[in-house]
Amino acid sequence: MTAVEVDRINVFMAVRRAQRPARRAALSLALPLIVFLAIAFVAPILYLLVTAVGNPETREVLPQTLRALESWDGISTLDEPVYAAFANDLKVAKDKSTAALLGKRLNYEISGMRSRVLAAARMVEKLDTGPYKEKFLELNKDWDSRETWEIIKRNGASFTPYYMLTALDLQQANGSIKRVQGDQAIFLDVLARTLFVAGLVTLFTLILGYPVAYVLTIAPKAIAGFMMLMVLLPLWTSLLVRTTAWVVLLQSDGIINDVLTALHLTSERLQLIFTRTGTVIAMTHIQLPFTILPIYSVMRSIPATQLRAARSLGAPPSSAFWRIYAPQTLPGVVAGCLMTFILSLGYYITPALVGGPRDQMVSNFISVYINRDLNWGLAAALGVVLLVVTLAIYLLFLRLVGADKIKLG
Amino acid sequence: MKHRLTGRILTLSLVALALLCSNTVRAQDALSVMSFGGAYQEAQRKAVFESYTAETGAKIDEQEYGGEIAKIKAMIESGNTTIDVVDVDAPTLLQGCDEGIFEKIDWAKIGPQDDWIKGTTSECGVGTIVYATAIAYDGAKLPDGPKTIKDLFDIKKFPGKRGLWKNPATNLEFALLADGVPPDQVYETLSTPAGVDRAFAKLDTIKHSIVWWEAGAQAPQLLASGEVTMTTAWNGRIYNANKEGRDFRIVWDNQILDSNYWVIPKGAKNADGSLAFIKYAVEPKVLAGITKYIPYGPVRKSAAQFVAPQDAKNLPTSPQNLTVSLTLNNGFWADNGDEIRKRFTTWLAQ
Repeated sequence: MTAVEVDRINVFMAVRRAQRPARRAALSLALPLIVFLAIAFVAPILYLLVTAVGNPETREVLPQTLRALESWDGISTLDEPVYAAFANDLKVAKDKSTAALLGKRLNYEISGMRSRVLAAARMVEKLDTGPYKEKFLELNKDWDSRETWEIIKRNGASFTPYYMLTALDLQQANGSIKRVQGDQAIFLDVLARTLFVAGLVTLFTLILGYPVAYVLTIAPKAIAGFMMLMVLLPLWTSLLVRTTAWVVLLQSDGIINDVLTALHLTSERLQLIFTRTGTVIAMTHIQLPFTILPIYSVMRSIPATQLRAARSLGAPPSSAFWRIYAPQTLPGVVAGCLMTFILSLGYYITPALVGGPRDQMVSNFISVYINRDLNWGLAAALGVVLLVVTLAIYLLFLRLVGADKIKLG
Repeated sequence: MKHRLTGRILTLSLVALALLCSNTVRAQDALSVMSFGGAYQEAQRKAVFESYTAETGAKIDEQEYGGEIAKIKAMIESGNTTIDVVDVDAPTLLQGCDEGIFEKIDWAKIGPQDDWIKGTTSECGVGTIVYATAIAYDGAKLPDGPKTIKDLFDIKKFPGKRGLWKNPATNLEFALLADGVPPDQVYETLSTPAGVDRAFAKLDTIKHSIVWWEAGAQAPQLLASGEVTMTTAWNGRIYNANKEGRDFRIVWDNQILDSNYWVIPKGAKNADGSLAFIKYAVEPKVLAGITKYIPYGPVRKSAAQFVAPQDAKNLPTSPQNLTVSLTLNNGFWADNGDEIRKRFTTWLAQ
């Protein structure tokens, strides 16, 4: 290293030292936000990721059994030591009322395990000494089944792929991963549906929103102001209120059907509510401002003189629009579409109220698994799938159009 | 100067955080009771909460929820149980009791368990009311309405859409009952794959005419808007719609009964106060008082004598209504719900 280089580094360090108080002040201004983000955003996402693979139940409730199962080859018949260890674990579990947690966890993989585990726990509570094996078999012959013990042994691991596999309609069987049978496969279908509806809504908001944004830029000030108010007004109304309003409009005895039949456009009332059509209509309405605003802000920055210049140079109107104007609006279009698409992926209340059973999206299932079934592992796994898909789409957009081409406002 | 500014900002943000946290600390003097809101909680307020405060001086701090066990579990896991008593439905009782989310009930301080209708006492919960899921129709539009559970599946006799709860529970039972399975064999049948197939096959016969509802209030709304000809519904919701001038009628045939329970969440700060409140809330006269406001049957046999005759005719537990009925087996659904619900979801999407 030459003396000049050393000097240069010294100067650089001195400058940085001199800037330190300013940097600290800046950081301390941002500190509340950083703390807030860490608590309200980063921590829950980490928790979500851990919950999606966490598997504490079997390890905590059956430590002795798992030790006794360590040497099991998975084929031979199990003997008394394993059952004795199992009985001891269940006695402790009964005391601490953790048997149900184990039962619920195992019930995900074998239906009926919940009550089998609870019944076994109740039984061992009354037994003082062994032999236990015959007692268990007397209670339920399935306590001899290879599959049961295989699943218990497999769940001795701290992490499980079970929830992630289930969220992708896959299962582990005999050491290999395969698709679950037809009537149990729901999540890929739901994910495809979510992407499809979000895509459709994005397309419609673009078709409807693009001309509106254009008119907003060329209209006289007073009219543009009024139009802007019309665009923004729905945004200031609660989402639930707007959704309920659509329920009123779309129902069989609703205003839309009243008008259609009064005009004799349809002979019988249309089924609009509880359908995909209704869901897409309501979501498109709710998402419109999110698509319009970024497009509008980009359009405003395009000088109107350019179109006139193109025309005066001999371009026909359509060619002037498509070759001069439209390409310049692309950053706004991409930003608006991206925003609407990603927001639509997470829709919950609108499909729940306006949609039918075939229109429920991933979020609806997440809510059911969290609130009703208390299956937080599966809910977290579905959340991870949604998060990964959203990030993948975002990155894909970035790759396709470039980060500098997306202009969110 | 700059350092002082940094310090001040730090202090300010700490104070803000502290304020945020202290906001969650609650006053301790009142008893915090959580129930399902709506007309049900209003009935409890008039028949139980207000008179309890008048008699004991203990204030009731009312909370509402939608029956999400997740809410109770999250509260307990956070280590700060702020609610003293909760009204839960039967699946929540079963799950919460198994998982140790609720305190054990000292029945000696509540009353004799044999006074409760069979199946409405538990080591963690005290039964309070019985409600029914039954068929309802609009008497104004259908003067000669359905009479039996079979009519729910008879599209020829009663054309039009059917409202059903978007949940396999109750629907698979109704399907089997309408298919001729006696109530006492319904769960035996459903425990076999063939039985589940049979129930889905029966539902298939009306699948394209079904409108699914999720929240209890939607069922009467579907009837009112004419969206459906008949719907399954919780009987209290139908009664409330009638109070607002409707003429909805309930078919008391093969209705499915289920109960609600008072429980004490684990770690409740004032366990004696909670227990005293529950004891009061299930006293025969108090229980019978609820029927003045909402037609949910009292779970205590000794309460029947205090129910006024004009209220008794609306109760699912009254002898004239309780001819053929099925009690929902929540243990069955806890065991088999995961698998059947997935099948139900794929069936819906087909």
